[in-house]
Order: sequence, then structure tokens, then C-alpha cells
Amino acid sequence: MNALQAVRKAPVVQGFDVERIRADFPILKLQVNGKPLVYLDNAASSQMPQQVIDRLVRYQTTQHANINRAVHSLSEIATNAYEQARRKLQHFIHAREEREVIFTSGTTDAINLVMHGYGRKFIAPGDEIILTTMEHHSNIVPWQMLAEEKGATIRVVPINDAGELVIEDYEKLFNKRTKFVSVMHVSNALGTINPIKQMIAFAHERGVPVLVDGAQAVPHLPVDVQDLDCDFYAFSGHKLCGPTGIGILYGKAALLERMQPFKGGGDMILSVTFEKTTYNTIPHKFEAGTPPIAAAIGLAAAVDYLSTIGMDAIEEHELSLLHHATTQLSRMPGVRIIGTAKNKAAVLSFTVDGVHPHDIGTLLNQDGIAVRTGHHCAQPVMQRYKLPATSRASFAFYNTLSEVDTLVAGIRSVQKVFA
Amino acid sequence: MADPRALYQEVILDHNRKPRNYGTLEHASHQASGHNPLCGDHIDVALHLRGDCIDAIAFQGASCAICKASASMMTVAVKGKTLTEAETLIHEFTAMSTGKLDLSGDHHMGRLVVFAGIADLPVRVKCAILPWHTLHAAFSAVARTSTEAEQDPMHVTIGDA
Repeated sequence: MNALQAVRKAPVVQGFDVERIRADFPILKLQVNGKPLVYLDNAASSQMPQQVIDRLVRYQTTQHANINRAVHSLSEIATNAYEQARRKLQHFIHAREEREVIFTSGTTDAINLVMHGYGRKFIAPGDEIILTTMEHHSNIVPWQMLAEEKGATIRVVPINDAGELVIEDYEKLFNKRTKFVSVMHVSNALGTINPIKQMIAFAHERGVPVLVDGAQAVPHLPVDVQDLDCDFYAFSGHKLCGPTGIGILYGKAALLERMQPFKGGGDMILSVTFEKTTYNTIPHKFEAGTPPIAAAIGLAAAVDYLSTIGMDAIEEHELSLLHHATTQLSRMPGVRIIGTAKNKAAVLSFTVDGVHPHDIGTLLNQDGIAVRTGHHCAQPVMQRYKLPATSRASFAFYNTLSEVDTLVAGIRSVQKVFA
Repeated sequence: MADPRALYQEVILDHNRKPRNYGTLEHASHQASGHNPLCGDHIDVALHLRGDCIDAIAFQGASCAICKASASMMTVAVKGKTLTEAETLIHEFTAMSTGKLDLSGDHHMGRLVVFAGIADLPVRVKCAILPWHTLHAAFSAVARTSTEAEQDPMHVTIGDA
């Protein structure tokens, strides 16, 4: 190994051995179009380590049964594993109580749960709901549906050119009609980390509850829901090295108890007659039907895995990747970075003069590089920058500095094709 | 998969850089807008029919290179053609883009065969087809069309493409 290779391959964080971590991810050994896969679409979905795959196999091979009701051994084992998964997620996000952790099918499902369970019960005609320009469609559309049904109004916090929320404008939006705030923790399109703790405190001084869409935050930085003091916090398993079809809604117990159920069915009831149904206690009130048991257990294995590495170490390594990529892309003529907030997670949206993002995506794929191209389910952000779409590289802790260099070389070769 | 660089060859890059018949048409007899909501590509096609013959055609829009070059080459290909001839080209181009046209048999693709490689890039097929689809809509005097419309005669799912 020569000196240059030694520099590039050296772990960035002391004790953070990225090559050893990569060995845990079988998919990273793939070749795409004859080139080693460079997977930079982690904001869309992350990859799964062998430890999680093994846990899923072990569950399906030796532990599977339906949970909660049967008296037989397998059902007891599965129920215990499922509830243990809930406790692991509780500790991962530092929730006060395990009943504050509800398994959903993902972030979208979690936000819809709050819209139906809280919004439809407590939002009245004339009320106002505060969102932001940078929200993902999943944190816009449910609230629009609610506003239409209730005759409520959506108010939107603007962003500046760097892609940061204009906090003075956020504060000015509050009035006596303000009844709810829903805001993303980290932007999937821009990478911006929002000052949600400050925003939550401001809302609480006015008695307004806050939901945080944490889909892009939980995989990349330590999250403590008690420290944030958020009322609801939603995130997905598949962006967190876990399976698809599983997500979490954290909610403060007092609020969850006052909410109406989202879905009706088995498991969410205590008793049913045709005259009257009594709902179960939380969290079960919100988990109608047989839940994705395997996925919940797999997600718990994923947070075990991430905890072993440490979310602080993960954040630090990813920031070194972001810094390296930002430095190189900002030097490239014709390349413009979209989203230059001071406080950013490892998401890098960019445009290349004269080249449409879809052409960039197709050509980078030829080099084995997977990036996202499009509007990233955040069309208001694209409208704010007057862009139809961007290309987006989003990093995970298993990405390397040399993969960033491969991306940079790939963009150069795209520019050559279109020169 | 075929090397997509083969698709991004000079003729396509040239039409992307200097699109032919780009702009608006003052006295259009038929026009339509095409939109691909999945990627945001949109394109307007306007044409003038004299009798059965397309004697003028123009397009404009915002799209990727594949879509823009396809639109530019389409306007060149159908200008001066009859409606029936143009419909044949639409049909053949769509078939070629989805790998269903026998290029060794009889066809009228001419220089448009540079798009044959798109069949190997299923997620990009709609980019190439959108202008043709929009032209078809203009003939039928459908004001707006979309690659995701249910009645879309050229709707291709990724799996079928």
C-alpha cells in the first residue's frame, strides 16, 4: 500500500474501522455494471448488516408465531421478542416509558396516525397548523387532508437561500389559532439540521404540541426525545439498517391516552360487543391487527448494531464524508450545491450546469454509483430553488472517503460527456 | 445492460444542445402538453395541419437530454408527413423503446434508431417516449397528457418496459 492509499483508507475517527464495518454488509460487496457498488442513496433507504439479516432468519426459523393471545410456547417467545424490541427502541431514543413507543409501518404511517388520532379529534375550524417549506410530502399531505376536512389552515415557515428555516418568521406565525406544529428534524433534500429543540420550546410556551419527523435524523445522530421535549417523534426502520414496513411513533403518554385510535381491529381492544367496544391501553390502542413482528425484531437488532458502533461515532464519520464531498464539489466549475446550511447532516444535493439530474443519475450508475435524482418527495423545496430536480448523494457510516472520490470522478466524466 | 454511454452519443447530445424546431407556433391547429410527474419533465408540442399533412411543428419544455433530443428528432421526422405516417412513427418508436420492434425487419425509424438502447434502461423509457406521447395527444386534440394517466395509450410500467 502506498502513502496515498494509506491516507485514504485510514479510519477517520479514532477506533472507527470503516473497512471492518463494511465487512458486515454483504450487499456492499456487489458489483454494478462491472464496478464496485458505491451506494450513496442512504437517505432513501439504508443497507442491512449481516447481524440484522441473521436475526430475521433466526426469528423466522425458530421463533415465529402470532403474538399476544395464544398460550403456546412459540407465541410467548414471539411476544417477548416483540415487546423486548419495543424496549430497545425506547432506550435508543431515550423515551421515558416503553408504552410511549408505537410500532407503525413507517414514518408516513406514524404521521398519519397523529393526524387521525390527534388532529381529527382536537383540530377545529379556523385552527392553524404550522409546517415548513422543506417538509417531505409525507409531512404535508396528511395535514392538508386534515385542514380540508376541518376547515383549518396550513401556515408555512420559509427557508433562506442556504436552506435554513427562518426562525423569526416561524415565531411570527404563532397566534391564538395555532394548534399544532409538524416539522422535520433533518431535511432529506437539503441536509439541514433544524433547531427543533428551540422551536419546540417556543411552541410549548404557547401551549402548542409539536410533531418531529425524524426519518432523516435518527439514522445519523443521537436522538433524545426527552431532551428535545417533543410531543411526537416519527421515524422509519429501513433508513436505520432495519427492514422495510416498520417504523416508530414516539408520543408522550398523556397525549397518546387522550387520542382516538387510528385503525380499528384486533389487539387494539379490551372488549367488543355490538353495543360497545372498549379500547386497549397504549401502545396497543394504536397497533390494530397482527403487527410486522419480524420487522420489529429486526429493527431492534439494527439499533443494537448501531449502538455498538455508537451514534456519536457514526455522526462524526458521516460529517467527515460530507466535509470531504462538499470541499471537492464546491471547487468544481458548473457544480452547484443545493443546501448550504451551517448545521447539516450527510446529505449532498447538487446540480450540474447543462445536465439534467436524470442524465447524471444514469451515467453515474454506469460507474456503479447509486445516487437519487428527482424532487426527493419535497416539491416545495424544488419550487423554492426554482429547480425541477436535483441529484442527491446521501452518506451512511459505511461509506468511505474513497467512495466520495469515485463520486467526484463520476461527476467529472458526466461533464465530459456533455461538454 | 448496454453501456448507456452508447445512448449518449453525439447525435443525441447534439439535438440536446441545439434542439430543432424549438419554440412556439403562432397558428397552431393542434397542441398538447406532456408531463412526467415522476421526474418533472414537461413538454409542449404544437403543430399545424394543412389537410392531412403536418406542415409546421414546434416544441418547448424542460426535460432531460433523452427527452429533449427525442422531441427534437421527432419534430424533424414528422415534419411534412401525413397523420397516418406520423402515427406509424409514434407506434414504431414506442415499440422500439420498449424492445418490441424488430430492427432487422421493415420499419421507418431511420436516424431514430439511436434511441434503440433506451430499451435497456427501463427507468428512462418514459423520458424518450414523452414527446411522442404528447404528439399523439395533440392529434387527438387532448390538451394535457401525462405519462401516468390511466387512459395513457403508451403507459408502460417498469416491469413491462
